[in-house]
Amino acid sequence: MTSRKTAIVLGGSSDIGRAAARAFAKAGYDVALAGRDVAALEPDAADLRARYDVVVGLYKFDVLDTASFEGFVNGLPALPDVVISIVGLLGVQENAESDLAHATTIMRSNYEGPSLILGLFAEKFLGRGTGTIVGVSSVAGDRGRASNYVYGSAKAGFSAFLSGLRARASRGGVHVVTVKPGFVRTRMTEGMKLIGPLTVDAPVVGDAILGAVENKTDVVYVSGKWRLVMLIIKTLPEAVFKKLRF
Amino acid sequence: MTLVSGWGRFPVVDSELLRPRSFEAVGEAVVAGSVARGNGRAYGDAAIGAVRTVAMTGFDRVRSFDPATGRIRLEAGVLLSDLIDTFGPRGFLPFVVPGTRFVSVGGAIAADVHGKNHHCEGGFGRYVDSILLRTGQGETIEASREENSDAFFATIGGMGLTGIILEATMRLRAVETGWIRERVIAASDLDAAMRALDDGDAATYSVAWIDCAAKGRDLGRSLIYLGEHAGPGELADGAAAFPVGKNPGLAVPVDLPAMTLNRTSIRAFNELYYRMGARRAGGSHVVSLYPYFFPLDAIADWNRIYGRRGFLQHQCVIPQAGARAVLGEILGRVAQRGDASFLAVLKKLGEGDGILSFPLPGYTLALDFPVKGDIMNFLDEVDRLVVAAGGRLYLAKDARQSRTTFEVGYPALQRFNAIRRSLDPAGNIRSKLSQRLFDEV
Repeated sequence: MTSRKTAIVLGGSSDIGRAAARAFAKAGYDVALAGRDVAALEPDAADLRARYDVVVGLYKFDVLDTASFEGFVNGLPALPDVVISIVGLLGVQENAESDLAHATTIMRSNYEGPSLILGLFAEKFLGRGTGTIVGVSSVAGDRGRASNYVYGSAKAGFSAFLSGLRARASRGGVHVVTVKPGFVRTRMTEGMKLIGPLTVDAPVVGDAILGAVENKTDVVYVSGKWRLVMLIIKTLPEAVFKKLRF
Repeated sequence: MTLVSGWGRFPVVDSELLRPRSFEAVGEAVVAGSVARGNGRAYGDAAIGAVRTVAMTGFDRVRSFDPATGRIRLEAGVLLSDLIDTFGPRGFLPFVVPGTRFVSVGGAIAADVHGKNHHCEGGFGRYVDSILLRTGQGETIEASREENSDAFFATIGGMGLTGIILEATMRLRAVETGWIRERVIAASDLDAAMRALDDGDAATYSVAWIDCAAKGRDLGRSLIYLGEHAGPGELADGAAAFPVGKNPGLAVPVDLPAMTLNRTSIRAFNELYYRMGARRAGGSHVVSLYPYFFPLDAIADWNRIYGRRGFLQHQCVIPQAGARAVLGEILGRVAQRGDASFLAVLKKLGEGDGILSFPLPGYTLALDFPVKGDIMNFLDEVDRLVVAAGGRLYLAKDARQSRTTFEVGYPALQRFNAIRRSLDPAGNIRSKLSQRLFDEV
């Protein structure tokens, strides 16, 4: 009997994390969920087991506790086939402008932590010669905007990290996926004004992540419309861009 | 405040919309004038809180599933579409599904929804074994046929007014395939349609699509669709045992101008629909469960077809005795008007299960009308015919019936209200519908 493929979701309690775990479990993967509060992940683990009759593991993982990363990766019973980082923190831009601690937390949650942990997995995957790494970044990283550049710049760093990692890892049989979801109806965006036609539900993102892994896509804009929107925004001259209010 | 409406987009009213993330937060969300909302498929004002509407779709976890028995425990926000997509390929389907799969389990329980099998297998509530209910008083209770049975039978079909349904344990039906063996019968008039439905009593599923533009000799001409679960040997070569349910692709992007639906277009559509169906009549063939059970789900946002002002669905049930005369009278008046739904649905119902459940043994007729002109007066007249015949209207579809129509139609109301008061003495759970029809003024 060939053993089943496994996927680990870092940030498993988020809406996109739950959706990704469901998509992979439905496709026949055994899944592991990692998050700060393991007890809070129990209902999601039960959900996955009941729905898809798969094996579900739960692990404690804190993206700000970088010192724990090596122990976390080495402590897994087996190296997974796929690692998916959903971790991120939108934060509050206005607060981050004056509160250095808040700005630091946003930067570390979206760039430092996710990059370091995926970098560690990449080393292990390269040693084995197979594996897929998925980083959920953001369209906000494509260009810094007045309204969320602390978050956006960290995502930009993360996107650049993934891009470079992909170039290097592809020679060693390891595939790296960058996911840019755009607007998603989740807890993170609750109460925000989202543009209807550009907004998707979390399960759409989950399915897009699975599709990218299976089709070996490099960069995924979950809604294709975002690729065009961000192409326009990226190509606007700075002199014009700085005058726009958004 | 937020403007909230049901699927019919009438009425549109102010109600604070809250989306709690934990059962504790659900408890804290309940203030005087709150009601739960599932996926917003109730047509009128049933799932709009008098003050606050508590959205439950975030609670979509399955707690446990036993593949030996089909028993499942789940959170109330799980959609039937999700259940079908997840457990269908494992050989299980809900026992009862309404005409759309995009309803939540909590909503299906609260409305005790019926399907094409109500005449022989009952409603959604019949397959619910227990409910975790957060009462208006702030208690969380487990209610079943044995334990807190008053609360249980008041919650089945209770339109969310006994409290907020958090979880439910129910039974799923074991099926061999996701396909239905369908037999189409063309009925040239109402008598033939009712006879065909009576003859179809033994069929698991039966429903008639009525051409409500047809008048005179053709009044009530219909296509009757009978269905049975198909076995693996009946599928076309190479067909998967479980078909894939496509997400609604073709959406109605904008509100169509009211002009789109007029006498001519409705007549033309009905004529075409009848003729195409009649050509298929006679033999039986195997169809995917999706178009069989959920024909309208293929078009996303079809409620926009009726224009910006929304539409009313009028669904009544008339007891068996005397149903022929009343249905003929209603259909005659509707055909005379010419602006009713492009398709009307006629089917048979059996006994209801909950205290306030809609079904009673007889025929149910569902019609849509765009909100315009003298439609309210017209439907008030239809209601008088319904009530005189001992019938009633479906609360999950209603946005406008009068207190009198409601009170005469639902004689168990006193008992329901007594249970409701015992669960919620302060009267915290109130919807726009309960304010309109139940609550003391």
